[in-house]
Amino acid sequence: MSQQQNELVTEPVILNMGPHHPSTHGVFRMRVALDGETIVDMEPVLGYLHRGIEKLAEAKTYVQVVTLTDRQDYVAAMTNNMAYVMAVEKLSGIKVPERAEYIRVIMAELMRIASHLMAIGFFLNDLGVFQTVIVYCFREREKVLDLFEMASGQRINFSYMRPGGVIQDLPPQFIPQLKQLLAELPGYFDEYEQLINENEIVLARTKELGVLPADKAINASASGPVLRGSGVAFDLRKADPYSAYPRFQFDIPTGTRGDAYDRYLVRVAEMRQSLRILQQAVEQMPTGPHRTRTPWLIRPPAGDAYAHIESPKGVLGVYLVSDTGISPYRYKVRPPSLINLTTLRDLVVGCKLADCIVIFGSIDVNMGEVDR
Amino acid sequence: MPRVWDNFVYNWLAGFLQDWVAFLIMGIVVMAIILNFLALLVMVLQYMDRRLIARFQVRFGPNRVGPSGLLQPIADTIKLLTKEDLRPRLADPLVFTLAPLVVFLGGTLAFAVIPFNRSGFLADLNVGILYIFAITSLGAVGIFMAGWSSNNKYSLFGAMRAVAQLVAYEVPVVVSILGVVLITESLSLVDIVEKRDIPLILLQPLGFLIYLAAATAEVGRPPFDLLEAESELIAGYHTEYNGMRWALLQLGEYVATFAVAAVVTTLFLGGWKGPGPAVLGYVWFMLKALFVYLLILWVRASLPRVRIDQLMGFAWKFLLPLALLNVFITAAEALMWPDFPWLLVPVNIAIALGLVVLWSSLFQLRAYRKVEA
Amino acid sequence: MTTAVVASDVAQQVNTVMPGRVLEATGSTLVVRPVAVFEVARWLKANLGFDFLECLTAVDYLQHFEVVYYLLSLSSNQSLVLKTRLQGREGLQVPSVTPLWQGADFQEREAYDLFGIQFDGHPFMKRLFLWEGFPGYPLRKDFL
Repeated sequence: MSQQQNELVTEPVILNMGPHHPSTHGVFRMRVALDGETIVDMEPVLGYLHRGIEKLAEAKTYVQVVTLTDRQDYVAAMTNNMAYVMAVEKLSGIKVPERAEYIRVIMAELMRIASHLMAIGFFLNDLGVFQTVIVYCFREREKVLDLFEMASGQRINFSYMRPGGVIQDLPPQFIPQLKQLLAELPGYFDEYEQLINENEIVLARTKELGVLPADKAINASASGPVLRGSGVAFDLRKADPYSAYPRFQFDIPTGTRGDAYDRYLVRVAEMRQSLRILQQAVEQMPTGPHRTRTPWLIRPPAGDAYAHIESPKGVLGVYLVSDTGISPYRYKVRPPSLINLTTLRDLVVGCKLADCIVIFGSIDVNMGEVDR
Repeated sequence: MPRVWDNFVYNWLAGFLQDWVAFLIMGIVVMAIILNFLALLVMVLQYMDRRLIARFQVRFGPNRVGPSGLLQPIADTIKLLTKEDLRPRLADPLVFTLAPLVVFLGGTLAFAVIPFNRSGFLADLNVGILYIFAITSLGAVGIFMAGWSSNNKYSLFGAMRAVAQLVAYEVPVVVSILGVVLITESLSLVDIVEKRDIPLILLQPLGFLIYLAAATAEVGRPPFDLLEAESELIAGYHTEYNGMRWALLQLGEYVATFAVAAVVTTLFLGGWKGPGPAVLGYVWFMLKALFVYLLILWVRASLPRVRIDQLMGFAWKFLLPLALLNVFITAAEALMWPDFPWLLVPVNIAIALGLVVLWSSLFQLRAYRKVEA
Repeated sequence: MTTAVVASDVAQQVNTVMPGRVLEATGSTLVVRPVAVFEVARWLKANLGFDFLECLTAVDYLQHFEVVYYLLSLSSNQSLVLKTRLQGREGLQVPSVTPLWQGADFQEREAYDLFGIQFDGHPFMKRLFLWEGFPGYPLRKDFL
């Protein structure tokens, strides 16, 4: 018998991770080919949460579409609202009052904190912490949601923004409660960093893992904490300032190596920057109307418009085409979650099965936004 | 050494029955007591688990059923007992059914030799420790049976991991115990407790740390719970189990964990010894064992899971060399000062700390190289 | 602030290198022939530094389909809209830009899935959201 015949013939095991798997953050499915514990190939399979939001929007009026945007990234509905109404305003030339801009920025930054809290909690869950961090993170997220409930009456699907402003002004007790939260949050963030940052197992599991070099990240159109974790200081709030952002002082935190740990660090640092923005917004808060009068049915002139904002997950763009009708002719979302997933395959191939989950968690996607 | 059944019942039975028949009857009675004790204990442990972990996580935990939720385990048991008995169509029926029993047996049989009190044990084997290590490995067979017969890839991965983990961690577990054996010159658990007046953790701090870490891994508790890694393998080897079979698997796991706590108590914490009358020995033993269990629980609430290669590296590169060093040092001490004077306590603690720090700086858990596909 | 480049300037430059590719240049929108998309995109990436493909989508205008590329240059913070028009409703084909920007991967698959536009040269042209064998392309105006 020759040497070759003696060798064991092995073939990779195909493992379906998802669509119902505890760690795929919804209904993501990965077809993973495994050689032992090592991943030799991975194919993401999407579409389990595809509801055809873009098609549905074509049969709704411009204001009604706001409710659809809530359902895209359902852990960051405020920023979805904002991107959409900005596109409508750009398309139809509606001016937004100063106070509404500030309210929007406050909402967007609170949303960023809430979304990042969830991202960090689930990231640690993916690492195998028995739910502890996520409960801590949800404790603070609840407080943010309380604020949203106060302003919009809803906790998840806010539908708070309208073309031309926001649906209703902030209630009088909103600002005091926000100030109280702003005083509390830094302490909580310190607590997380104490819990997580120097934990030996966290370091061992996440450092040097899922390294995304800067040039590759740019080439793959990655955005948000994924791009900034790779060391590219690209943030639309600075690069293409919109709304009231030019008036605020803040920094863009970036990572150095582009690994999973850097992405986590960037998220924590971003939450602290959001606090800075919120602090300034509360201080400068102007008075005035919260909404300009818009026609009951908005009929923008024919043409197209593209508006983009920095959502918690990355660059969220909305492309609108109007044919002068009362509903969008075409409504397209540039979903940061979906596009950040582009490099997932390259990142996980060659890693262990457990790392696959960690890398996926560090990218932080929301399936509602990926599939729409 | 008097046994727990050397009492009037045994004497009365022996009066009119053959000696071995009386022995057998009493043995069965005590075994039944221990089994029921374990089943009840698991309820307590599970309640403790849920309440304490809830506290770690700023939640309340079960507090609806009975006062402070004390009846929650009973409600859970009733729920599990009344669940539909499901078995995957393609599963191996015999092995699938047997696996939970084997897992449960592995943990339970260990309690045959564990002395709860000076005379509170079922049997005093002169190779007690050896017996415990042999019998707790049975759990691995059960876990592999469960994972293999489920006909599910996640279960299979869990089972393979379990076997790899057990084989790897058995070595540091056994080697770390050798220090204790060298000091007490016995393999019998009763003798080990009786031999020294001080808890052996003071003379064997390094052995204690290694044993606790390795045994935690051996029973698959976090951060080494790779065999049922929820975030990767859904539920690992017991993905396909439900109802009472699942409950038996859980029971086996809790019992095995408590067995580790009991062994740690016996070997390192002085077993039943403590102030007060002899009957308080049971209480002391339980308190110490529950404390060790609490340590294991605490780790579960705070640490993430390690990866499979890190797990293996930790066993072979970190624990095993340290355990071997510990044996050498203890052997040298036993040669020079056979009665182990008190002076050795600070010396040994210093050696343990020094070695752990030194080895940690040499050992790189973080070293990670991506395999080129 | 991201500045939108003037498309007519770009069109001039493109025309000197590759004449006849550009159909139209208004504002910051450059409309090119379908067959020339890849060439022009490669030129834009290499010469004007458009290293970030922000958004790729398609629109059904009944008479023709429009494929829209939002390009961004991170280094000079400029943006440009590249468009191309595909006539007809069957056998739509446009060169894939995935070899240039990996970020186009899923977006092209999405456009294929929902509009039925084939991207030539895409390494894995398969439906993204809907299953294989789904009848029709839902985002077309004649669907439903």
